[in-house]
Amino acid sequence: MTAETTAAPTGTSSRGSRLLGVVTLAGLALVVVLAFVATAADTDMGESVRLIYVHVPVVTAAYLGILATTVGSIMFLWKRSEWWDLVAASSAEVSAVFMGLTLVVGMIWGKPTWGVYWVWDARLTSTLVLFLLLLGYQAVRRTSVDPLVRGKRSAIVGLLLLPNVVIVNRSVEWWRSLHQEPTLLRLDPTIEGLQLFTLVLAIAVATLLLGWLVIHRFRLAWLQDQVDRRWLVDAIDERRAEVPA
Amino acid sequence: MSDWGYVIAGWSITAVVIGAYAVWIVLRGRTLSRRVPPEDRRWM
Repeated sequence: MTAETTAAPTGTSSRGSRLLGVVTLAGLALVVVLAFVATAADTDMGESVRLIYVHVPVVTAAYLGILATTVGSIMFLWKRSEWWDLVAASSAEVSAVFMGLTLVVGMIWGKPTWGVYWVWDARLTSTLVLFLLLLGYQAVRRTSVDPLVRGKRSAIVGLLLLPNVVIVNRSVEWWRSLHQEPTLLRLDPTIEGLQLFTLVLAIAVATLLLGWLVIHRFRLAWLQDQVDRRWLVDAIDERRAEVPA
Repeated sequence: MSDWGYVIAGWSITAVVIGAYAVWIVLRGRTLSRRVPPEDRRWM
């Protein structure tokens, strides 16, 4: 084993995460070529159908991140482990980014498709509520410096996320909605051929991207906790040193 | 705006936001890792 392989990394990357990053970037390049060059425009939606290859993968990744947050929250409440708390927090933050993008790209897609950027319809409104819940999760994590209190409070909010995903996902069936019904998750998918392949590949690549981001965000959160802990110990030592013997 | 305008806007915003977020994570991680001893930052 060489000195290079035994040395601690200087950031949040490792050999595994670098490999994952390279595979993800290669996949993204392939998706861009397929989405912009190889696939044809849609007979109904025209060129704007190319937004499906970014909108659907981004929202799918957000849902998977929320699933990770739910698992992390349950495991934290059960085991009281910092590791699970950081898994939940990291995936929730990445999911908030993806969910925000879902709303923005959805609005951009809505304008050429429906003629408006936003309507208070069931799918859009429930997605906005889910995004606000994810922001609320971030706010709750900043209300306490005690890791146990912070973990418990945020885990409880984390458990509210997944039921909302079900509401968002089913909203187009439960209520009348402008938003189209599921494209893939049905017995007769509404797209086929190269369009279907590109969409499935884009979802797979978005999942890899989610994994890369969560891994690095988890390590960043871990480093932040170590720094905070050391600061607390140093502060206590300083106060003790001020007290006369 | 043409359909292509909306397509470019949607893809560009996604790329910029995720790219900026990834860069922030990596740079912040490098800064913090200098303040943590090597034994506490050995990743799997």
